[in-house]
Amino acid sequence: MSSAISLYSLTLVPPSAVTSSIVGQFSGRRQQEIVTASGSRMQLFRFDPSAGRLVLITSTEVFGIIRTIKPFRVAGSSKDCIIIGSDSGRIAILEYKPEQTQFVQVHLETFGKTGVRRVVPGQYLAVDPKGRATMVASVEKNKLVYILNRDTSANITISSPLEAHKPRSLLYAVTGLDVGYDNPIFAALEVDYSEADLDPSGQAYREIQKTLTFYQLDLGLNHVVRMWSDVVDRESNLLMEVPGGADGPSGVLVCTEGHIVYRHMNKAVHRVPIPRRRTPYDDPARKRIIVCGVMHKMKRDFFFLLQSDEGDLFKVTIDYNVRGVEALKIQYFDTVPVAVSLNILKSGFLFVAAEGGSHNFYQFVQLGEESGENEFTSTDYVKGDMSDYPAVHFHPRPLENLSLVYTMDTLNPLIDAKVDNLTGEDAPQIYALAGQGPRSSFRSIRHGLDVTEVVASELPGEPTAVWTTKLTAQDTFDSYIVLSFTNGTLVLSIGETVEEVTDSGFLSSTPTLAVQQVGDDSLVQVYPKGIRHITASKEVDEWEAPLHTMVVAATTNSRQVAVALSTSEIVYFELDDEGQLNEYQDRKKMGASITSLSVGDVPEGKVRSSFLAVGCDDSTVHVISLDPENTLESLSLQALTSSPTALRILSMPDSTFVENTQLLNASSTLYLHIGLYNGVYLRAVLDTITGQLSDTQTQFLGARPVKLFKVTAQDQPAILALSSRSWLAYTKDVSFMVTPLVYEALEFGDGFSSEQCEMGIVGIEGSNLRIFMVNDLTENTKSDVLPLAYTPRRLVRHPNRALFYVIESDNNTLAPDARQELLSTSRKQTDYEDLPAEEFGNPKFSGKWASCIEIVDPLSQEKLARIDLVSNEAAFSVTVCSFAASQRRREEEDEEVDRKPDGEEEEDVYLVVGTAKDLSLAPRRCGGGFLHVYKIVDEGRGLEFVHKTEVDDAPVAMLEFQGRLLVGVGRCLRIYELGMKRLLRKSEYKSRNLNNIVTINAAHNRIIIGDIQQGVTYLVYRHSDNKFLAFTDDVVARHTTCVTMLDYETVAGGDKFGNLWVLRCKESVSRDADEDNGAQLLNARTYLDGASGRLDMLAHFYVQDIPTSIQKTQLIPGGREVILYTGLQGTIGVLAPFASHGDVDFFQQLETLLRNEARPLAGRDHLIYRGSYVPVKSVIDGDLCEMYAVLPVDKKRSIAAELERTVREVERKVAGLRTRYAF
Amino acid sequence: MADKLRAQQQLEQLQTRYVGVGHADTTKHEWVSNVHRDSLASYIGHPAMLEHFSVAFNEPQERVRMQFVDKMIQPCGPPKEKEEI
Repeated sequence: MSSAISLYSLTLVPPSAVTSSIVGQFSGRRQQEIVTASGSRMQLFRFDPSAGRLVLITSTEVFGIIRTIKPFRVAGSSKDCIIIGSDSGRIAILEYKPEQTQFVQVHLETFGKTGVRRVVPGQYLAVDPKGRATMVASVEKNKLVYILNRDTSANITISSPLEAHKPRSLLYAVTGLDVGYDNPIFAALEVDYSEADLDPSGQAYREIQKTLTFYQLDLGLNHVVRMWSDVVDRESNLLMEVPGGADGPSGVLVCTEGHIVYRHMNKAVHRVPIPRRRTPYDDPARKRIIVCGVMHKMKRDFFFLLQSDEGDLFKVTIDYNVRGVEALKIQYFDTVPVAVSLNILKSGFLFVAAEGGSHNFYQFVQLGEESGENEFTSTDYVKGDMSDYPAVHFHPRPLENLSLVYTMDTLNPLIDAKVDNLTGEDAPQIYALAGQGPRSSFRSIRHGLDVTEVVASELPGEPTAVWTTKLTAQDTFDSYIVLSFTNGTLVLSIGETVEEVTDSGFLSSTPTLAVQQVGDDSLVQVYPKGIRHITASKEVDEWEAPLHTMVVAATTNSRQVAVALSTSEIVYFELDDEGQLNEYQDRKKMGASITSLSVGDVPEGKVRSSFLAVGCDDSTVHVISLDPENTLESLSLQALTSSPTALRILSMPDSTFVENTQLLNASSTLYLHIGLYNGVYLRAVLDTITGQLSDTQTQFLGARPVKLFKVTAQDQPAILALSSRSWLAYTKDVSFMVTPLVYEALEFGDGFSSEQCEMGIVGIEGSNLRIFMVNDLTENTKSDVLPLAYTPRRLVRHPNRALFYVIESDNNTLAPDARQELLSTSRKQTDYEDLPAEEFGNPKFSGKWASCIEIVDPLSQEKLARIDLVSNEAAFSVTVCSFAASQRRREEEDEEVDRKPDGEEEEDVYLVVGTAKDLSLAPRRCGGGFLHVYKIVDEGRGLEFVHKTEVDDAPVAMLEFQGRLLVGVGRCLRIYELGMKRLLRKSEYKSRNLNNIVTINAAHNRIIIGDIQQGVTYLVYRHSDNKFLAFTDDVVARHTTCVTMLDYETVAGGDKFGNLWVLRCKESVSRDADEDNGAQLLNARTYLDGASGRLDMLAHFYVQDIPTSIQKTQLIPGGREVILYTGLQGTIGVLAPFASHGDVDFFQQLETLLRNEARPLAGRDHLIYRGSYVPVKSVIDGDLCEMYAVLPVDKKRSIAAELERTVREVERKVAGLRTRYAF
Repeated sequence: MADKLRAQQQLEQLQTRYVGVGHADTTKHEWVSNVHRDSLASYIGHPAMLEHFSVAFNEPQERVRMQFVDKMIQPCGPPKEKEEI
């Protein structure tokens, strides 16, 4: 079928929102590690104290929804395992294998249907603190208990499930109770709704009770009993386990609105209030809850850190003796971002997995003992109801007990994004709105490795080349920087200060071609007229080029030197045992002039590198043997598309596939790296025995000839490739990556190693010498961050300037004007100083909105202007519109005053912002909406308020349409014209099928609207009678979030459930709609209240994350166009069209094979997962295909055999598809 | 007759195992409540969806989750009085 499309889905940036995080000794070593679940990924982090950062060790895609994870350790083991609660209807136990850096499935037991369902366990997980049992529970009814144990050979065993179901009861929280080695007990917070369901009067509902129930697992009888149950506060939401046995009194903390209660079976109750902030903005209606917490056990003591919904941490301690608990105490600790999960490491660190914005890693400075904060004790709250006691307060203050060590940058939540090239670089940038509340930001994201500049200094002239060199073979750091100019050479010493060296022995009156430390302690300088060999005692031994010839290229290693003469001859030298350079008796004459040479490093344990690569300007590369038996004999030849400008033989670590051995991971392969004149970089495998070249990978780097240099980045050998941008070629996990550096384009470079900067790179750019380091090879995007005031909602670009207009709004937040009002009415404090919002959040107040419009300049990273909205309005939509009416009016004015229209004068552009007043979301109520019109002045850097127009509902979607404004207001689509006093309504479309229009796209007279619940509708606007006619809509009610037009007939979009889809209107219907003179469409038979036509679904794919923006764009220079989407949890991904049918067949086959061979870790079936809502159609999962690279070798082989390819071919094809479209 | 009985038993078995399996006398209220409870459980169970609500309400995810479980108790108000037949 010609209309069929095939797409390849790739995740570029994985989701960064953490669903759940745990800490434990997963490698079985002393050091604790953090495992986070984000989206469908499990990530393992380790803290590197020397670098002061969390290092990502491994990240695994599980192709399932991870809802919760818990660590456990069976008795006697020194290693923690992980239990996953997911949507697979199975319990999965994983173990981390440090030697493979992979998670491995230990157990997978099916207990129910797949999917996120009300009664299928997976939502809640609790583990017995002694690791003997685990409880998996669903929101309603079902609870399963598994007994965990060890068999004689120390393998973990799991029992068949024991049921603890309770029909018609809802579960709020569950936790394991620490009872020492008694029978395991699980505590659950439950509500039984059976009576409320039967009572029409509503009395039973009002009297509903929440109970704390203990379920005991009787290990002897092998069944679960309800042991104890008692009523707790109705608003309770969270349970925290209290240490038991020898470590504490056992029991649980029940966190509820406003206070925390200690409960245990048949023991006294202890309560403490949750202190409130002392601010004049306090909303008395809002009660604090505890959103998360962590219990930390020390040698003889333990404490809790509980976090309130404002981010304040409270330290809770328990005084107890043998009889039980004496008192519960609470004290303000510090304020950190609101978290989904808190983890304390034994080494004294706190990991805060934030709900929105970056995750923070803190070090404990003290434990709050000497802070002098008020402590509230349960002995003061014994009698009566908690509400009878006066509220207790504390003063929030900057961090005292914690100090921030590291922030892990995230894009979560990612709310809107636009791809655009504003900087004029080769590749476009992604401009995104991320984060929540005052922790939100405007981000300019570009593909590339982030670098840290160490030195940038101006030089007296423009050097042509730079080298660094050691003085002896034993040196760990470089001593000299050698700079070559067109007419001389400069030697600088590296030390505390950089100074010129005059007694280096180098010839300074000539340019240099190569510098090398050879033998034990001598140096070699190659210059156009010869070679200079300088010994440690500064004795010089020279070799001069034959008369009338010049050295044009040179290559060196610690034992070998080869130079190419202008007569196309190669002269080869080798170091003998006395440390003398000896010329080989013969010279090799090449057929064409030589452009470049490379001899690889001397392999460990050998005396020479056995290959010399020679590039000639007839676009060939020759590999020449340097072995004594056949010195200078040609071994192989490779023809290229252009002449090679740089060669480099360098072995790199990868998943080497050696046919005859089982050797696989963590070895390295010898590669010949070739840079071409036309800007292409190639990497070919160089056979270590025969010298044959094979398996070439290519990548286009830029417009300039490529130069290649060997550098070290993050402890691995890498190639610095310089063209019109600087690139780094390296190995990530096991796959080969070529990534640009976010840095100046360099002209020459070399590795640099000194005490301060061990793995640096030195480069020259113009007349500047630059020394820098590559920070992190795991992160291949860099974002520049510009903080915003409130949660951003939408951004729009100025039509022709590099400026963005961002609208921001926060629910339940006090706007500055409302704050002032409160301050003026409160008698208490009038001179109150606001807390910094980035750390403490904005003051919350139910039903209030804070909203503003900001102008952002992404190039200078500045905010140019901010307009705050007043009287509880919140902005939801924004567009830039140049009204035709305004142009007409201006022309008329021009005519009146008889002025010639000035050609250079810009047309008037307006910014229209749609706002809602007094909006309440659940249940949805709205006190009307407004369309604010601002005139864009001052070259886009200012806004001038023109007027505002009231509408009946919140306008959520807007677009300029033929010099007028299209607005989606609730279920109406309207056209507005600019008037003098207000916007004038010109036309309206209303349908019973619509609920709330959230997206509008338009092309020509066609308008495509996306409804919040009813999917996509195609309309045609007819000028003749000023009417909208719907001619096609969807068969599926998609809860649309974003839509973009791929072409005139086709749209791609995403919905609230995490699906991406491509829909197309039939061509005949599309043509008829445009040609129709009215009668036919107007009288077309509607079908089930919808339009007459229906859309065809071309592709459908489940990505889990909720798409928030979608766009058709090109991501890499010279690459094909892709559909780029962003997801709420911080995902950036693409759907790329396949170039050929052959590829489609290949990848389809590969995907099918991988589905069986690489079964998802959480136990979800891949095909069903990707088709969670609608069966997956015409999309191949690239993330699954890329799993091929990390499979064990036998599986790789069998899959490759099925595909009738070699392993290397399959790997190259998978990697190649990514580099062709994206990064 | 035996067939009918068996069918009845099977249905009852399904009803106890799977919440929401209807019967001939399912009222509209029961059905709608069931649908709402399913939806709310799904909102809680999909982390991205919970975050979506949490960002919209500007409330912590834990509070949104708690509110949704609370709503599941009686999502559509009290049941209608049964009419006497």
